[in-house]
Amino acid sequence: MAAIEKPPVTGAGPFNGILTWFDQRFPLVSLWKEHLSEYYAPKNFNFWYYFGSLAMLVLVIQIVSGIFLTMNYKPDATQAFASVEYIMRDVPGGWLIRYIHSTGASAFFICVYLHMARGLMYGSYRKPRELIWIFGVLIYLTLMAEAFFGYLLPWGQMSYWGAQVIINLFGTIPLIGEPLAVWIRGDYNVSDATLNRFFALHVVAIPLVLLGLVAAHIMALHEVGSNNPDGVEIKKDIDPASGHPRDGIPFHPYYTVKDMVGVAVFLIVFSAIVFFSPEMGGYFLEYNNFIAADPLKTPEHIAPVWYFTPYYAMLRAVPPLFGSQFPGVAVMGAATLVFFVLPWLDRGKVKSIRYRGPKYRIWFTLFIISFLILGYLGVEPTTVWGEFGKNVPLVGGDYIALWVARVLTVVYFLFFLLMPWYTAHDKEKPEPSRVTW
Amino acid sequence: MTAIVRDSVDEKKRRLLLIGTGLAAGAATAGVAVPFLASWFPSARALAAGAPVEYDISKLEAGQQITIEWRGKPVWILRRTPEMIERLKGHDAVLVDPESKGSKQPPYAKGPERAIKPEFFVVEGVCTHLGCSPTLKKEIGAASDMGADWPGGYYCPCHNSRFDLSARVFKGSPAPSNLTVPPHRYESDLVLVIGEDVKGA
Repeated sequence: MAAIEKPPVTGAGPFNGILTWFDQRFPLVSLWKEHLSEYYAPKNFNFWYYFGSLAMLVLVIQIVSGIFLTMNYKPDATQAFASVEYIMRDVPGGWLIRYIHSTGASAFFICVYLHMARGLMYGSYRKPRELIWIFGVLIYLTLMAEAFFGYLLPWGQMSYWGAQVIINLFGTIPLIGEPLAVWIRGDYNVSDATLNRFFALHVVAIPLVLLGLVAAHIMALHEVGSNNPDGVEIKKDIDPASGHPRDGIPFHPYYTVKDMVGVAVFLIVFSAIVFFSPEMGGYFLEYNNFIAADPLKTPEHIAPVWYFTPYYAMLRAVPPLFGSQFPGVAVMGAATLVFFVLPWLDRGKVKSIRYRGPKYRIWFTLFIISFLILGYLGVEPTTVWGEFGKNVPLVGGDYIALWVARVLTVVYFLFFLLMPWYTAHDKEKPEPSRVTW
Repeated sequence: MTAIVRDSVDEKKRRLLLIGTGLAAGAATAGVAVPFLASWFPSARALAAGAPVEYDISKLEAGQQITIEWRGKPVWILRRTPEMIERLKGHDAVLVDPESKGSKQPPYAKGPERAIKPEFFVVEGVCTHLGCSPTLKKEIGAASDMGADWPGGYYCPCHNSRFDLSARVFKGSPAPSNLTVPPHRYESDLVLVIGEDVKGA
């Protein structure tokens, strides 16, 4: 029995005995070392490296607050809206749990978007981290599904009509679209059957998938090691005396302590929103969702929650082709799926934006600007910037915002599609041999 | 009993058995998945709720529109005035599909009026773009807030699709086709049945 021969645990004072007992029956010490005390991370992590651990914190917040919401929520089309109001008014502390959960949804996307921006900037998707990136994109897509299913549950006007629009996106798929939409809804329109199954998916199925993907994401990360703001591989420079990277420091205690500072600051901001502005001016909780779902009346202006709006703006920007709305849906889908191939589009010699040339920097800036403006346009009606004059050639009499969205959609895709070219022919600076900070 | 030693392993047989059990397990999994996936289709109760509905049209005044529910969808009945019917003819050039060839309606509701009786226009109030419910804008010209040349029609607030009073889509709208006319018939002069075809049609 090899396990019994393991050395006893030391350094835990009165707990040495019990921990030794566990370690001889469970890989306690080896797991602790592998993922924390002897996981060597580059010592030059900066501000951007908070958002991975914060996203995990928000996941925990969402799971805990979500479990408590299910204790009073009723997934029934005739009772759902009232049960949410019941939680808000009559359940002790219910309003707080609900606002934590609704604010957490937006906080989750804020963390994930910043985490993804970090990966883009520092080339964290590059070899050997392609699989970490792919797991990450899967987490992002799963999170979108989770948010979408959850948004129907309050059964307000925005819940209802948002779901109606998104499910009908599937209805535009040639040939199988219509029956597919009926299959997703379980009815000819969004109804009690839809609400009930979305509840099951939101509460059980998708969170399980999410947890599995997060575990895979971290296991893959700890297999190849973390990237850093310089994009330098710290494993190339191992100190022969210790056997550890010269530029690495143990994750615990150095980064656990750093991340705890991040958590404290995050929780201050998060609490401020929960207590003082949970609706965030209609961006985190849309006003139309305080009206119960009415299948016979569409609200005056439909917009998804802010985290979906860049893609929604793209959907609206694409005109119907061949009498079908499918091209817009395909563009929207491609805009999220294109992230998967990113590791194979980038042909730069350096990883980090610090050493990239002007071409990459310009394209990256254009990409971020497109994403942000598309996000803004997706919140507003297409009429927001008025029309071109009727005398303007080509676009006369059409909406300005619509054309801006079209141009920005093209820019968004060109960032990816032209990447093999502009990264290969760019004036890059040489990477340093050691990390800088 | 022979000891299992490396020499005695028949790799070929082992591979065959692996493939065989793998295929059998795959088929069983697919079989078990069928009832789970089928459970997502509309239930017997949802199917039954798709039954036809009746409406007494004598209650409608000229120019008035009411919304009734059929299969959970809004269905409009608009009692068009003679002027409204007349105005349907002047704008074929700006319509995507003036003859409704690429749109859904029963064969007895063709032509510019898209109705059995031109006076009573029955249509599903569901935008063919992404399923929002458009708003009736029956005023004409500038009073409608829809531009000076507006002939009266429907406007979808979600993505700015515009339709005329036969729910035919105007060019430049994201909606790809005209709104769908549901099957309907007259039980008598006064009673309209939504959800059933004209007998013999």
